[in-house]
This record gives sequence, structure tokens and C-alpha cells, in this order.
Amino acid sequence: MRNAFIDELTMLAESDEKIFLVVGDLGYGVIENFERRFPKQFLNAGVAEQNMMGMAAGLASAGYKVFVYSIGNFPVFRCLEQIRNDICYQELNVSIVSVGAGLSYGSLGYSHHAIDDIGVMKALPGMTIYSPADPIETRLALTSSISLKTPRYFRLGKSGEPNIFENTPSNFPNWTRLANGNQLLVLTTGAIAIETIEASKSLSSEGIEIAIYSIPVLKPFDLDVTLIEQYQNILIVEEHSVSGGLGSIISEEIAKNGIKKNISVMGLPDFVHHELGSQKYLRKHFEIDSEGISNRVRQILSS
Amino acid sequence: MTTVSKSVALAARKSALQMTHASKAAHIGSSLSMIDILSVIATGTTLAKDGELGEELIISKGHAAAGAYAVLAHTGYIPLELIESYSADGALLGGHVTSTHVSAINLSTGSLGHGLPFSVGRALAKKRMGIQGQSFTLLSDGECDEGSNWEAALLASHLKLNNLSAVIDRNFLQSLRSTEETVQLEPLAEKWLAFNWDVAVVNGHSHEDLYQAIFRKSEKPMMTIANTVKGYGVSFMENSVDWHYKSPSSEELSKAINELDTFL
Repeated sequence: MRNAFIDELTMLAESDEKIFLVVGDLGYGVIENFERRFPKQFLNAGVAEQNMMGMAAGLASAGYKVFVYSIGNFPVFRCLEQIRNDICYQELNVSIVSVGAGLSYGSLGYSHHAIDDIGVMKALPGMTIYSPADPIETRLALTSSISLKTPRYFRLGKSGEPNIFENTPSNFPNWTRLANGNQLLVLTTGAIAIETIEASKSLSSEGIEIAIYSIPVLKPFDLDVTLIEQYQNILIVEEHSVSGGLGSIISEEIAKNGIKKNISVMGLPDFVHHELGSQKYLRKHFEIDSEGISNRVRQILSS
Repeated sequence: MTTVSKSVALAARKSALQMTHASKAAHIGSSLSMIDILSVIATGTTLAKDGELGEELIISKGHAAAGAYAVLAHTGYIPLELIESYSADGALLGGHVTSTHVSAINLSTGSLGHGLPFSVGRALAKKRMGIQGQSFTLLSDGECDEGSNWEAALLASHLKLNNLSAVIDRNFLQSLRSTEETVQLEPLAEKWLAFNWDVAVVNGHSHEDLYQAIFRKSEKPMMTIANTVKGYGVSFMENSVDWHYKSPSSEELSKAINELDTFL
């Protein structure tokens, strides 16, 4: 997903000299082509996120469309006040690009697990949050956002995520159907969508048909009420803490709409953990892999 | 040049006292400390407005809002009547500087350590776009505790941003005690020199010295350490932490204005 994003950004920069890419000393093997082609629209700000984000605000106030690229929690937490005060308060055209969503950097430890970022970013006024599910949706998120002039957050996977969408989803940024079924509705966001698809295949072989929708934009948030009304059981699957993520958003929106549903949320526990391992391993450990999802669906439907 | 700036500074001191008196607002000490610096900047060049690139102003010590607004009002950058409602209910101008209603201010601040990184971005943008003009950035000394400033200091000299002219209002007092008792800043000039900035240390109430220093030219980003007195011009406010918080009563206001007319 990171390569798709930077490839697309490089293409956009060909005809837009206002695009400016700032990196926080990260992006090895990803950003070099952009830097080589557009040296006047690129800067490595070093390992200094506070200054990087404040500087990005300065560049944006000067008329640049600034993209700040870093990994995981670094462009979120270290510089959160700069995002709030320098970017959101001034309503500036800065896109924060966080690579390594969820457990992408699982073996690097808790510092690198980007699992609280949605909750934090959602609290910021005027922030648009993109959480694409695959490289194709990543490109769409970028191209569809380019005309915005307000702060944006891109929550991207790392690399090697498979394309989920065979063709470009035509209805972006609306919810995209990944599977059709009438027994339960799964709502998901980001690269973990692939686990829900795998789960639906295995459940289907048992005669359990579930619907899956991927939600690529988490703020502003449009609840698909018509869809929600069709299901009694709603299961939310996310690679984020169960506190403050998609589960929280959906629950809040459903409550606000006065709808009564049986909502279950699968995500990462709301406590500090010390587990290490690959994304695959950790998804399994926290039971948010396809098997864990299948088990939960069976459990919900049998209760 | 300095005749004008001195008369602006005197008028601004009176206005800032009046503003903080009327609104019972804090930070008159910080305002009196920086008024000479800002008067020199605001009269020494034509400041860009509405975020345009050029000779531009970034006030990182946003809590000196009364002083900043008073200077900008007396130099025609904001209407004088706008400062009359300073910090009142529903006012447009409050206790920390805003870019929303003040076209000559480029960043709304309030939390410290934000101005210099923002100025690095503005100065870099001008370099990349080939646009002339200095980014004048006013910092407090207490705010040099913030690490973000030192991140910005590193990058500014690395990028040779000689279109960045920063000033530290060096009044040696922060919120509770002196800067040196709180977190020692000295040797401060040497720190900026070590970060490869061009550093000048001047009397922060001498308009002639300030003018020479702030508008100097260099190959490097420039830091002017302006040695000031917190509460400058009003004897009972000078060098007192109390006036970081207190606002003058009617009696104190007339006494203060009397002193200004007599001594400045």
C-alpha cells in the first residue's frame, strides 16, 4: 500500500508543482524515486516529528499541498499537538501518511503497533480519515482527496497487501461490498478486510452466508442506515484497539440513529500487550484472523 | 526610523495596560517585555498580510497577545477599535494571538514551541519558490525549554534558511521563577551558535540596537537575543513574576501610564 500511495503521488506531482513530500527519515526503498524526480518538492525532515509537522503547516500555509510520510505512531503521537494546533486549528492542507497500520510492524514491538491512531485522529476537528483496504483503494483515496484543502490522515498498511478489489471500486468513498449474505453483517476497514473475506469463504462452505462491507473513510462518517436496517447481527472487525476505532464509531452512529442492533466488536484489547511476531501471527493471537472471525460469527449466530 | 517605532511602542504600552486592565487579562509583563521588539519589526518593514509570502510575522509567544495586538493596532495592521474588546466575552481577539482576525499574523499560537517550526516551513517555502522576504519570529526565553525549537534550530541551519530572523525576548523570567532557576538556559547565545545560527545579543529595549540586529543580513538563519526586562516601563511591574498573571487595577493603570509618560 505504501508503494501504491507514493507511486500515485509521484504521478500527481508530474502535473502539480505544489505537491510537497516531507518524510521523517523513513521510506527506504519507497520514496527515492519521488525525491530524485522532484527534489524541489521533497524534504527529509530528519528524526524530529514535532518540527516536521510544524514545518509542514508552514509549507501548507505558503500554498503547498503537503504530504508528511512516516511510519506507525510517529506522525501521530509525537506531534499530536502540532497536528491539532498548527494544522487543524489553521485548517491547512496537510496530509499525514502513516504507514504500518495495525500490526504491520508486529515484531518491532508495541511502540510500532499503530492501534490507537483512529481514536486520536477522529477526535481532531476537520480531519478526514482514510483507511483503505488494499493498494487499489489506497490509490483511490489519494486521488479522490487531492482537491481537498483540509487536513487528512491516511492509515496505510505496509507492503505486500493483496489487491482485494478486482476492479477499481466505483462507489468510493461509499462502503464497498466484499461479500453478500443475509445472516450477519460484517463491517471492516483497512487491510484486515482480507481476513473477513477468508472467513466468509470458509463460513459459506458450512452454509453460513455473511455480508461484508469495507469502509474506506472513517471521518466524516456516513452510516449506511439502509444497509444496517437489514441485519440484526452486526460484527465489526478492525486492526485497532476496540476503544476508539471503527467499533466505537459504528456503535455511536447506530445509537445516534436510534437503531437497536446486536453489535459485536473484534479488535485489539484495550490494554497494553507485550506480544511480538508477524502480522499473521499476531492477528491469530488476538483472534482477529479469518479463523477467529469465523468462530465469532458461529458463536453469534448460535446464541 | 526609530522615532516612529518608539512612539508606537509608547502608545502600545499604554494600550496593552488598558486592555489587560479592562479585561482583567494576564500577561501584561510579557507584553511590556516584547513591545519594543515588535514595534521595531512592524515599523521596520511592510508585513505581508493574509498568509502571503514575503516579510512575515510569526509570534510564537502567543500569550503576549495584548502587547502584540497593541503594536499592530498602532501600526495600522488592525483597526484600533478591535483591541477595545480584547478578551471580552465574544471578542475577536483573546489572550493568545490569532491569525483568524489579524491578517499580519501567520500562525495562531498559544502553546509554546510552535512558532519556530512553522517559520522553518514558511522560510523553506520561500526558498523553494524563489520568493524574497524574511520570516520574523518572536520567541520567549522560557519557551526555549521546548524541544521542538531545538529540532527547528537544527533543520533551519542545515537548510541555510537565512530568510529566517528570530528574536528571543530574553527577560529571564518564566511562569514561576527565573529561567535560570527553572531550567538553566545559559549560555544561551552559545547554544544557538553551536546550532550554527548567526547570533546577536542586544539591548531589547534599544530600538536602534534592535533595528540593526533584526534586519541584518547573514548566510545563516539569524537569532537575535534581545535582553529585556519583563514589565519594562512600569516600575512596579518590572522583573516580577506576579505580573505574568495580574492585571492592573484602575489605580495601578493610572500610575503605570503616568510613569510611561514621565520616563519613556
